[in-house]
Amino acid sequence: MQREQSLAPLWQPKVRPRLGQHRALNKPLDKGTLFMRLTMATFLALTVLAFASFDYQGINIYNAFLGTIDNFRVLMLSPQLTHFSLVEAAEGMLITLSLALLTTVIGAILALFFGLLAAQNLSSPLVSSLIKGGVAFIRAVPTILWVLIFAIAAGLGSVAAVTGMAFHSVGYLVKAYSEAFEEVDSGVIEALRATGASWWQIVCQAVLPTAQSYLLSWTFVRFEINFVGALAMGAAAGAGGLGFDLFLASAHYFDLREVGFITYLVLAVALVLETITTQIKVRLRVQT
Amino acid sequence: MSLLTVKGVSKHYNERIVALSDVSFAIEPGEFVVIIGSSGAGKSTLLRCINRIVEVTSGVVTFDGLDVGSLDKRELRKMRTKVGMIFQHYNLVNRLCVLENVLHGRLGYKSTWAGALGIYSEEEKAQALRVLRLVGLEEQVYQRCDQLSGGQKQRVGIARALLQDPKLLLCDEPISSLDPNASKVIMDYLKKINTELGITCLVNLHQVHVALAYAERIIGVKRGRVVYDGLTEHLTAETIHDIYGSEAGDLLLGSGGNHVG
Amino acid sequence: MSADYLIKKRSNTLKVLLGLGFLSLAAAFITEYDPVTGLISGLDALRWVATNFYPNEQSLTRLPSIINRLRETVLMSIAATTVAAFSATFFALLGAQTTKVNDALRLMSRSVASFLRNIPAVAWAMILLFTFGQSSLTGFLALFFSTFGFLTRVFMETFDETTASSIEALTATGASYMQIIFQAVLPASLPQMISWMLYMVETNIRDATLLGILTGTGIGFSFALFYKSMNYHAASLVVIVIVVTILVIEYISNHIRRVIL
Repeated sequence: MQREQSLAPLWQPKVRPRLGQHRALNKPLDKGTLFMRLTMATFLALTVLAFASFDYQGINIYNAFLGTIDNFRVLMLSPQLTHFSLVEAAEGMLITLSLALLTTVIGAILALFFGLLAAQNLSSPLVSSLIKGGVAFIRAVPTILWVLIFAIAAGLGSVAAVTGMAFHSVGYLVKAYSEAFEEVDSGVIEALRATGASWWQIVCQAVLPTAQSYLLSWTFVRFEINFVGALAMGAAAGAGGLGFDLFLASAHYFDLREVGFITYLVLAVALVLETITTQIKVRLRVQT
Repeated sequence: MSLLTVKGVSKHYNERIVALSDVSFAIEPGEFVVIIGSSGAGKSTLLRCINRIVEVTSGVVTFDGLDVGSLDKRELRKMRTKVGMIFQHYNLVNRLCVLENVLHGRLGYKSTWAGALGIYSEEEKAQALRVLRLVGLEEQVYQRCDQLSGGQKQRVGIARALLQDPKLLLCDEPISSLDPNASKVIMDYLKKINTELGITCLVNLHQVHVALAYAERIIGVKRGRVVYDGLTEHLTAETIHDIYGSEAGDLLLGSGGNHVG
Repeated sequence: MSADYLIKKRSNTLKVLLGLGFLSLAAAFITEYDPVTGLISGLDALRWVATNFYPNEQSLTRLPSIINRLRETVLMSIAATTVAAFSATFFALLGAQTTKVNDALRLMSRSVASFLRNIPAVAWAMILLFTFGQSSLTGFLALFFSTFGFLTRVFMETFDETTASSIEALTATGASYMQIIFQAVLPASLPQMISWMLYMVETNIRDATLLGILTGTGIGFSFALFYKSMNYHAASLVVIVIVVTILVIEYISNHIRRVIL
């Protein structure tokens, strides 16, 4: 599942609200305030509608909540492996991490190439908008659907999982990379053109060194997402690894303690990955 | 034969924005020519038309006997190696060290992949160090460019251009981002390059008094047209007024005033 | 020495690339992924998609039921985002450096957020399935928990980045904590917060598709149903409907962002 978590601080806030702006209070109703209120109202209205139209399947919500809390306690306080050995769980984790790594590497290599062609300052407007449109489409399809679609032709397994997830990674990284390339000072590119440098020379000698730390940061963020993705593909598309173990423990063996153990394992790895990504970002901010 | 001739060059960015119209002049080898004009007069576009960073709408640029407009990609790269360029904002790759930036001056001479991978010969590296000594940066060779001062960055820019072994140096507002002291240092280096190495210099300047102090010949540009082309000592205060409009008063304050009239 | 620096830099890059290549090979070995097969079957799959994976006339009759399922998914995503945003605002106020009440609460709210965020939604779904079964609430709660963790973190960052100076100013005037929150912090951060909420809706719709496959709800269930019965024309229609929905939401979000940011 592509929970695009920690891309957070880099991905979207291009325009920041100015410091201490009291827009909502002091000014008369401007367009921005109006839009904000409309958006909030829409969110609220649709949420109410959602609760009214949910398919509750006649479950007793109160009991279900109590049950969940109870389950959660078992899950968190007495994690235990019963159907899998520790070695098998570690193996599952290794497979999941490997799937994530392969997907990220393949995705990054392809995205580097297409990202260059998609960057407006390095490519023609036509090629750039074609690629950007293409990857917007690829991104819009949930990863799991790509994997399942590839599985029809390739069969369920690592090939379909890696290809499908790499597809989505390319879509994501092309956007991120090309935006990083577009931030490269046009003057630097001009200066190298003026020395008689060719396109590839400009890319390797000016664009890549300048964008390098951004590329690295984005790639790590994507690795984090792909880790969660690989887990999900294991559970939902039978791609193997820890995700499949989790699915078996929950939906097949109904073993809460085992689910708890696997959750702890995932949590630990996810925290490590998050820490690494945060560190990279901190260093990036110091440098620039 | 002139090193550079510009004949009837016009540049229209679109129907409304005309950057240059019918500009003509010739530059002889070894000259130090300054182009003056207010911002937006078309000076920068003019320099960029010479090495075809900007394509002209009409007119002919001839450099060293070559019709620049008719060159194919490969010939253009080759021609550009002979024209060094220096920029107002230095335009260095900040994350690379001084040496690497200077070596970029060799890219046009190299095969695409050797250049892309940054594989330089010992001879080229030695030459780069020589040029860095010439501009007084032998101490900073391995420093990253974002740690340098503005004046130092511009000297790296000059070194990069010199490593191209150019016949012509195009300088686009080389001192506009610098303080007066650094400005003087840079202008002195340019002058020295011109007199000692015999490299022809074509310099865009916004500051008239600097132009008057350094140029042998001045070309005045106003709204995309050449309104003055002649020796520095023949430039009158009136012409300067014409070139700059009302700005002139401020620009002439200080040392520049003495040279006029 | 000059040679050393550049060569060393290049060999370092080479080492990193080789290391990464080796790791990738190991990963391919572990997962039994054969890159050549991967490429070939990837191309095969694309060819298959082009020839078989498109909606036909008969599949269009399924459209009303697909749209109905889609509605469920979209509403679930929005509801999870809204409820999560409200809870996250509270936690983020406690957790942000500039708005914290005390350090103990700050640590607590940060830990809770980090804990919730790093348990993937799939795991949440697998846990919730025990008690909530195949009702909409399973998907809603799974989305809620991970959205809550994520929004708490980005809201904290937003509060810290946008309001540090204005809080100081208001504290100096003697404003109370609640006044500061409602007069300065929230109004200044609201555009950014809405922007993140819009972003989460988009992400949640994609995630909800996956959860739907696992828990048998929403558009994911539609897809799984057609997929398993090999009704690929109808399955492709589901994909198209999702793509259109996401692109439309992306478009609306970008428009709102342009106005409010």
